[in-house]
Amino acid sequence: MIRVRGLKKRFGRLEVLRGVDCDIDQGEVVVIIGPSGSGKSTFLRCLNMLEEPTEGSIIIDGVELTSPSTNLNLVRQKVGMVFQSFNLFPHKNVLENVTLAPVVVKKLDRAAAERLALELLRKVGLEDKARAYPDQLSGGQQQRVAIARALAMQPAVMLFDEPTSALDPEMVGEVLAVMRDLARDGMTMVVVTHEMGFAREVGQRVMFMDEGRIVEEGPPDKIFYRPENPRTQTFLSKIL
Amino acid sequence: MSLIFNSFPYLLGGALETIKLAFLAVLVGCVLGLVVGLGRLSGQRVIRALAAFYVDFLRGTPLLVQVFIVYFGFPQILEQLGSPVTRIPPFWAALIAFSLNSGAYVAEIFRAGIQSIHRGQMEAARSLGMTYGQAMRYVILPQAFRRVIPPLGNEFIALLKDTSLLSVIGITELTRRGQIIIASTFRPFEIWFTVALIYLALTFSISRLVNFLERRLDVADDKS
Repeated sequence: MIRVRGLKKRFGRLEVLRGVDCDIDQGEVVVIIGPSGSGKSTFLRCLNMLEEPTEGSIIIDGVELTSPSTNLNLVRQKVGMVFQSFNLFPHKNVLENVTLAPVVVKKLDRAAAERLALELLRKVGLEDKARAYPDQLSGGQQQRVAIARALAMQPAVMLFDEPTSALDPEMVGEVLAVMRDLARDGMTMVVVTHEMGFAREVGQRVMFMDEGRIVEEGPPDKIFYRPENPRTQTFLSKIL
Repeated sequence: MSLIFNSFPYLLGGALETIKLAFLAVLVGCVLGLVVGLGRLSGQRVIRALAAFYVDFLRGTPLLVQVFIVYFGFPQILEQLGSPVTRIPPFWAALIAFSLNSGAYVAEIFRAGIQSIHRGQMEAARSLGMTYGQAMRYVILPQAFRRVIPPLGNEFIALLKDTSLLSVIGITELTRRGQIIIASTFRPFEIWFTVALIYLALTFSISRLVNFLERRLDVADDKS
């Protein structure tokens, strides 16, 4: 489904990604962990070309993102993204947040878009908030709307960039629950997170990134309980 | 007192001319400013450079000189180009110069307003598959418009006061009418003071109106 080869990203003289290779299968849930500054968010943002890679190739669903002839807007329709800071549109209510892209991008008619949106809002437990504005919602609710908004484009892959890092502790659970449901429904997911519990429970594969590379990867049990690389061991000893 | 009373209707007629010019210029300036402001943020280097040149030129030269260029300079060019019409009526010259000038200031207001919208908004819109234009139209600009209302109000006020320059090309706006009355009455103090008060009434009303709009939109912002 996703195939990354030799991915490098430089910001000026700073090399954030120093050659990342990985393959992610359809329906797989991959969790990326690592210290801050290890390049995990940058890697994720390359997967929908919010960051343009300096070198290397990314192929999603047979489409090479890194080729200049690729229509990125088409690719992005298939790759949903959830941000740390939610980034809901504050001038639109919840329902409009979810319907905007299907109506504008996919030219879905409004009634159909609203039906779809309400169904998704029900899925994330917020159908009663359809007419509310983002600033009337808690952080956890906003993030669940953001997930519904991304799902409204019916993506093949969902990227999560530290989706719970900006949340008060008591709201983390509700967002993780929605993500767990999504994983159970077979969504292909790439999740950058500090939630080790979630990584262990929902992740099918854990990648540990450090200094712009994937240092170690494997099933959660192996990475968390029998890490081989000393850098993985040091990192985990600090956070577990 | 009766002098002020008698000249008042004539001065108010000038004030009307003043408002008409300032309002039309700001209107055209807003359209121009939006285009140039977006140009300043364009990914194309040439467009960015052109927009920057436009802004720098019009903000870096005196408005009076710009009025002269349009009123006295353009007809010469028109003549050399063999145009059948070579005279630009003062009102149109003023409107052209003021609109162009206003466009430069409004461009900077829009640019700043657009840049004040958090980067995450553009990223969220693009990540949903919207084009740059769609993201601007549906996500960024509606938010930016609310934020630029106060500076746009200031621009309108500045422009309105600057219309007093137009007395030099013979537009009988408020200031020019003051001069005309003084020429026959020799009472500069009373007349200039009255003229000043009329300007004050105009600018004060505008700033009140802007405050009102701002409050209304603020309410709309954290809507119920």
